[in-house]
Amino acid sequence: MFTETLTGRKKQRHERVARMFFGLMTAAMVIPLLLIVGFVVFKGAPAMTWEFFSTNPRRGGTAGGIWPALVGTLYLILVSLCISAPIGVLAAVYLNEYAKENWFTRIVNLAVVNLAGVPSIVHGLFGLGAFVYALHFGKSILAAALTLAIMTLPVIIASTKEALASVPRSFREACWNVGASRWQTIWRIVLPNSISGILTGVILQVSRTAGETAPVMLTGVATFKAIEGGGLFLYDLREQCMALSMHLFYVRTQASGAPEELSYAIAATLLGVVLLVNTTAICFRVFLRARKKW
Amino acid sequence: MNARKKIEVSGLRLSFGDKEVLHGISFDVYAGEILGVIGPAQSGKTSLLRCINRTIEFTPGARVGGRIAVDGQDVQHVKDVHGLRRKIGMVAPLPVGLPLSIYDNVAFAPRAAGARDRAWLDGHVEQCLRQAALWDEVKERLDVLGTKLSGGQQQRLTIARALSHQPEILCLDEFSIAIDPVTTMRIEDVLKELSRDMTIVLVTNLVQQARRLAARTLFLWNGHIVELDRTEVVFSDSPGDRRTYEYVNGIFG
Amino acid sequence: MSLPRSPERPAGRGRLAVLFEQAIELLIRLCGISAIVFVFGIFFFVFREGAPYLAQLDLGAFLFSSDWYPSNDPAHYGAGALLLGTLSVTLLAMLMAVPFGLGAAVFVSEFSAPRTREVLKIVIELLAAVPSVVWGFIGMSVLGPLIKDVFQVPLGVNMFNAALLLALMSVPIIVSIGEDALKAVPDSYREAALALGATRWQTVFRMLFPAAKNGLLAAVLLGVGRAIGETMAVLMATGHSARIPTSLFDPVQTLTATIAAELGEARQGSEHYQVLFLIGVLLFTLTFAVNLTADLVVKGIRRK
Repeated sequence: MFTETLTGRKKQRHERVARMFFGLMTAAMVIPLLLIVGFVVFKGAPAMTWEFFSTNPRRGGTAGGIWPALVGTLYLILVSLCISAPIGVLAAVYLNEYAKENWFTRIVNLAVVNLAGVPSIVHGLFGLGAFVYALHFGKSILAAALTLAIMTLPVIIASTKEALASVPRSFREACWNVGASRWQTIWRIVLPNSISGILTGVILQVSRTAGETAPVMLTGVATFKAIEGGGLFLYDLREQCMALSMHLFYVRTQASGAPEELSYAIAATLLGVVLLVNTTAICFRVFLRARKKW
Repeated sequence: MNARKKIEVSGLRLSFGDKEVLHGISFDVYAGEILGVIGPAQSGKTSLLRCINRTIEFTPGARVGGRIAVDGQDVQHVKDVHGLRRKIGMVAPLPVGLPLSIYDNVAFAPRAAGARDRAWLDGHVEQCLRQAALWDEVKERLDVLGTKLSGGQQQRLTIARALSHQPEILCLDEFSIAIDPVTTMRIEDVLKELSRDMTIVLVTNLVQQARRLAARTLFLWNGHIVELDRTEVVFSDSPGDRRTYEYVNGIFG
Repeated sequence: MSLPRSPERPAGRGRLAVLFEQAIELLIRLCGISAIVFVFGIFFFVFREGAPYLAQLDLGAFLFSSDWYPSNDPAHYGAGALLLGTLSVTLLAMLMAVPFGLGAAVFVSEFSAPRTREVLKIVIELLAAVPSVVWGFIGMSVLGPLIKDVFQVPLGVNMFNAALLLALMSVPIIVSIGEDALKAVPDSYREAALALGATRWQTVFRMLFPAAKNGLLAAVLLGVGRAIGETMAVLMATGHSARIPTSLFDPVQTLTATIAAELGEARQGSEHYQVLFLIGVLLFTLTFAVNLTADLVVKGIRRK
């Protein structure tokens, strides 16, 4: 009786110590990060005025705003999304609904995994070799967006596949039983019920696209390209553009004499955009999970 | 019995990978009859139905041998497999309300077949729901999701859906497994009505259900047909095979 | 009484609808194999740009010489220091990331209440989303001065700084994949271990880690893959100098950063340009091998 309670107590102590230990490890990782992120936002906040967001950079990036970089990033996101979202969704449909369990499917899956694992700079080299030179697009929004699209394809394939797989098989069987074809089943039942997962993938893709630097700096992003009068529709797809991520790199490392607050403000903006987009994805997921139809 | 043969099954073999689950079975289903199919779990009853409407194709690794003909036409060689499936209504063991409104659940199959006329669809949906004895309970709320109905209602919705493509054959696979006895009795009455103008294959886990409804009963065991005869014979004290007597009377199974 | 039948049957689908369906199924199949096409395309185009230099490539010198002088005459292209830079930064990053990453994975999967777990997973997901150029910026502007003061070294941007950033960047991957691996261990194992009188420590180290070792290994490998391929953060925070490092606080230069920094100056088709693409081929091969291994390891679990 006595020894039992002793070991029981010892066990409880072990349990507490173990929990503390692993908890501290987690905290040691999470807390400094939150502090750093907070610090960046704190330092950048004073420079984030309306003028900062709405005007062109001046004096070689050492003064002025980030408007063209914002517009450029928006263009890159929209164009690459138009390319990768349809391909990605259809590829996921293929993998989840059509592909048989054989070696070929395994290779396709492996290719998706490896596509996600290729370093971003190598994607950049590919974009340069394939789109800029071989296809003669030149350094342009089109070349950069194509590169980004291929790079982020695995993101949307993975989340769409997961969403499709979560639609119960019995729904598909019920449709086949009443004489609906495979595509009718997918179009009327499977896709509408995995729309939340697909949109989550699209949102995550947007966040990836907004932050990428290395591939676009080789394929079509310029360090300076003003937009006159703060306009919105001045870019041709064959032209280069600015991008927020590249602008941060440029201002911090190349533009000598740029005030510290300026680069902090750009970093905070980029961080804000990405985190906002991701938070939207998370809220979206929670919201849609709550009103699931079965 | 000299009625027309609606379904002819001869030498049907089915295997998943290396495992054979149907070992060359042969039987016929006559037009307008109710054929009961009984047998313990895992004896191949569900797979048999899925061979008839060829949805077995969606199971990876399934290989079918032998011949099944519906109205004299080999199902493996029909030109329009979707047309074949529309000729056969299929009701799965567990009720499946599609995540669509009740109306769209029933209108799904006609629409998939190309029906667009709203007025015709309205009438057709009502009629199918009436046939499945569900109309009175849902007529006020046809826009509610099919998945939100109770189990028994969903099973009748499944039947309504199976009727919606105007099949000539109705296959039911242990339809009463997830619903209460009262609903079961109601659906059995529905089936009796339906049997006036269609052929019904009733796979059931309740032997007494076959006794109540079926003209003939087939006893399937481990992928073999043990016995196929008129229901009175199968349920008599001296059926053709001793195992039938034992199974029907709950001695083994 | 007989129930009335509906008056008419739908005529069946039109030819056009059937044709449309065949077209869309073809499109689906094409998109399905697109990933393979792209992976081969990446290798092909990167290799094609670098290939002309292969004829004069001295593989031994390329991999092991540390003379990286692309603008000298004659130029020297010894990527040894760059390769070493990549490997040392990656190794150092993993030394920091693996214990913390796995520790956090254990905490999230075994020790936290459902609410905490949800919150932590969201925080980790958000951390994974921070762009690498922002990490680089943090390395230069926040960690650099900090390291300079704390360790009394002349330069804040160095191997240690970059490794710290890479560790922070790969931790989210390690945590989320590692947590999946731990989740996959059946609860009955845990109960059995506790019933045998094992403490939570013993349960974690003697039972959980061995049982989930393949998944944890895959998590670490994917972290390694991420660290090798990372570009902007290491470009900004390593100090970018192609020398063999002698201490933790020496600047280094990695393969990825070299491409990013020098490709802008290399004329298209020049030797320097071709060598940079060959470095790309080397990087592609490295990460391909790492990812393939991770995938095989994970497949190993599923087969069990």
